[in-house]
Amino acid sequence: MSKLQLPNTKLFINNEWVESISGNKFKTFNPVNEELICEVSEGDKADVDKAVIAARNAFENGVWGTTMTAEDRGKTILKLADLIQDHKEKLAQLETMDCGKSIVSAREDIDFCVRVIRYFGGWADKIQGKTIPISSEFTSITKHEPIGVVALIVAWNYPLMLLCWKLGPALAAGCTIIAKSSEFTPLTALYLCDLIKEAGFPPGVFNLVSGLGSTVGNALSHHLDIDKISFTGSTVTGRKIMEGAAKSNLKPVTLELGGKSPNIFFADCDIEHCVNAAKDYVFSNNSQNCCFSSRFFVHESIHDAFLTLFTEKIKQIKVGNPYDESNHLGPLVSKQQFDRVLGYIEKGKSEGAKCHLGGSKHHHADGKGYFVQPTIFTNVTDNMTICKEEIFGPVVVILPFKTVDEVIKRANNTTYGLAAGIWTKDISLALNVSNKLKAGSVWINNYDNCLPQVPFGGFKQSGIGRDLSEYAIQSYLSIKAVTISHKTLHAQQN
Amino acid sequence: MSKVQLPNTKLFINNEWVESVSGKKIKTYNPSNGKLICEVSEGSKEDVDIAVKAARNALENGEWSKMSSEDRGKLIMKLADLIDQHREHLSDLETLDNGKPLTAATNFDVIEAARSLRYFGGWADKIQGKTIPISSEFTSMTRHEPIGVVALVVAWNFPLLLLSWKLGPALAAGCTIVAKPSEFTPLTALYLCELIKEAGFPPGVINIVNGVGEVVGNALSHHMDIDKISFTGSTRVGRLIMEAASKSNLKPVTLELGGKSPNIIFGDCDVEYVANAAKNYVFANSSQLCCAASRFFVDERIFDVFLTIFTEKIKQLKVGDPYDNDTHLGPLVSKQQLDRVMGYIKKGKEEGATCHLGGEIHNHNVDGTGYYVQPTIFINVTDDMTICKEEIFGPVVVLLPFKTVDEVIQRANNTTYGLAAGIWTKDISLALNVSNRLKSGSVWVNDFNILKSQIPFGGFKQSGFGRDLSEYAIQSYLSVKAITIAHKTLHAQEQ
Repeated sequence: MSKLQLPNTKLFINNEWVESISGNKFKTFNPVNEELICEVSEGDKADVDKAVIAARNAFENGVWGTTMTAEDRGKTILKLADLIQDHKEKLAQLETMDCGKSIVSAREDIDFCVRVIRYFGGWADKIQGKTIPISSEFTSITKHEPIGVVALIVAWNYPLMLLCWKLGPALAAGCTIIAKSSEFTPLTALYLCDLIKEAGFPPGVFNLVSGLGSTVGNALSHHLDIDKISFTGSTVTGRKIMEGAAKSNLKPVTLELGGKSPNIFFADCDIEHCVNAAKDYVFSNNSQNCCFSSRFFVHESIHDAFLTLFTEKIKQIKVGNPYDESNHLGPLVSKQQFDRVLGYIEKGKSEGAKCHLGGSKHHHADGKGYFVQPTIFTNVTDNMTICKEEIFGPVVVILPFKTVDEVIKRANNTTYGLAAGIWTKDISLALNVSNKLKAGSVWINNYDNCLPQVPFGGFKQSGIGRDLSEYAIQSYLSIKAVTISHKTLHAQQN
Repeated sequence: MSKVQLPNTKLFINNEWVESVSGKKIKTYNPSNGKLICEVSEGSKEDVDIAVKAARNALENGEWSKMSSEDRGKLIMKLADLIDQHREHLSDLETLDNGKPLTAATNFDVIEAARSLRYFGGWADKIQGKTIPISSEFTSMTRHEPIGVVALVVAWNFPLLLLSWKLGPALAAGCTIVAKPSEFTPLTALYLCELIKEAGFPPGVINIVNGVGEVVGNALSHHMDIDKISFTGSTRVGRLIMEAASKSNLKPVTLELGGKSPNIIFGDCDVEYVANAAKNYVFANSSQLCCAASRFFVDERIFDVFLTIFTEKIKQLKVGDPYDNDTHLGPLVSKQQLDRVMGYIKKGKEEGATCHLGGEIHNHNVDGTGYYVQPTIFINVTDDMTICKEEIFGPVVVLLPFKTVDEVIQRANNTTYGLAAGIWTKDISLALNVSNRLKSGSVWVNDFNILKSQIPFGGFKQSGFGRDLSEYAIQSYLSVKAITIAHKTLHAQEQ
């Protein structure tokens, strides 16, 4: 076990570490051995108010909101990317300790953080408005202004990465920020604060209030002086956040929520290639991943061969100590999550699905830790709970299909619409099916390929708005149309 | 009084006129005399369900879903042409139902409805996604797809125009529609249905369900099979719609709500010119206008002279029969609205403001019918008075002197709203610096109320979110789908 130095655990407001007003703390645990890692200052409504005042002041009166050039804003963001890169190993170690993900995945997370922050740093001085043709008497322009003080609330599955996905566009747009990390995984966001200070962001631009959703999240979503809220997490919480916005100051909301993403294998695909690829993405992060391909639709003509090969590959996946680089999967993040996933597995069995592989707790070392075996279900029908609800754990169902129309209909038969995969050599089939799938991301002959440049977000109840790419920046802007009449100047000059 | 032929008053679903399931009716009145115009079929949740099914079917299976974007654009332009052809009839109906002067209904509402639709017709085949550079092994692109079945709920102040503002981008994007006009002004939307059919829109693309907000609006906002809702109206109702979306299927919401817009007149202005311009916009539509310039901030050095000339100009405004060509202000839309506006005027007086002009009901008809209010100017107003803070939505303006630029910016922004603002000055640096600092979706410099199809319109803060008009409006009716294709796998497969 790592003997990592922990970050400062206070609240980060105005570039300073401060105690929470209540003095309360919450505990964060190591999911490998269920031991306490440390206590972290627990924010509350009063702390949120303080952070909002700091962010508002930075926005209205500080250097950031008034005199800093877009170019310098970009440079500061790029500097942050460099610092995250410099501190990669330490951040990865912290992430693994707090979240349980394998150290290899954690390093990939941090690499992606760097890429995303750098990508958005490049956007800062390229957020262009338009000039609008009207007539010779008018000049009409749009300015894409920062929307103001924004709240960013992120989940525990990719603690630092999800924060960076939102931080990047919010900073590029020129907003100031109050962030709330998940109470299950507060450590890397805390570590980031020192890098933010070192990068040279002025006080109040970034504030971090750790705490619970029911207090800090609630205060943020109901706050009258926060101009926008962006959330990644469960659909249940997403609803509450939107309701909080509706009942307070009508702040716009971006939601990146759950999924039950289909992954469709047509008869012409190279099975060996597909299952090899699947081995790498299907259970990555223990499928604690909103775009996890939880429903494999496999053409009936290749179903049996696919299942055999796929099972063989999945058996090679090693579960265990996440610090051991040869392990693919560590523990789930928490006892709650562990119980939830095993509950779904039980439900699958009791509803008549066949547990083809795995399906139990994985016993690691002393029996401690929230480890689950990679699990494959077959003989599943579309109306079973495990085929309908998001499990957020390493459980996949394999479903045979006959026709293209049938598989499109079944793939879309969900309240979610986050992602989908299509595997075929046939270009017409690939593009026709991609058109018909109701999903924000469609991957053809690849999966889970999140890139800084490509928008990510859901159709239907998977959410509203997009993370990543140029599209993400739109959520952090207010469009101001300025229309100048010059005919009046003539009149005034006469 | 007009003898205009009334449109069909049933519900319009699947290009057919149908009775409401309940058989119930709502009544619509003529605000110039308070008399009943007619009864209109009143929709309920069941009718909304039928309309949503029609819209869903048109979206998923109908001709609309297979139509080229070019043909979609042509249909929208055809609708614009038909509105132009029926301008007179539509204007007559609008004036009858809403009370606005016929000249305004003709020369603004109906003409702009056609222009807006024509503008968006041109967009239909130009809604381009992007190709995204990644590496030689990947092709990544975005498709800007129609978001699906959308609900459009609009207010009574510009009944046809506000509907057209939302129909244009929704249709251009390829969505199908269930629209609800205001229960106070259902007639022009009903008339439009015949034009929609005549233009050649396939059945189910546009459906109109009249009714009251608590029933039809409520059903739309809670509906599990509506993919988006766009609303223009009050902040109170906007809240309810967003809350309903959060409690149902998390449909994205666009809200275009109220305002308390500042209009800042700096000391270097040509007072005569500015007052003359103000005469034309300040009480347009009886200020039943979300972007109405309700707070005039006037440099104290020109305050008295401005007030004198402005008052003179406003006295020239004629209140009266909306069918009369030289009438500037017709009646307000309804008894409720009249009571509300008179309540605010009373409150202004009680709180100590000076009612400098107007401030009374205008008795146009000998029998005292009709909802007419005199153009009203308040002075000696402080920023914390109710009439300086709340949206009145009637012909009441407050004049506020100011000293410094920083002060006026701070006061102008000191509102929960942020819809529009005006700046009057010859100084280009002042104009642009102040425009940067005003928290408002529209800023007009040396003009006001310039609403153009090409220019986005919508609010900061509690004036709402999302934009009507312009390219920006289309974004609200799209789902962005990212498609990323790995070609490295094809190589592998070819080996």
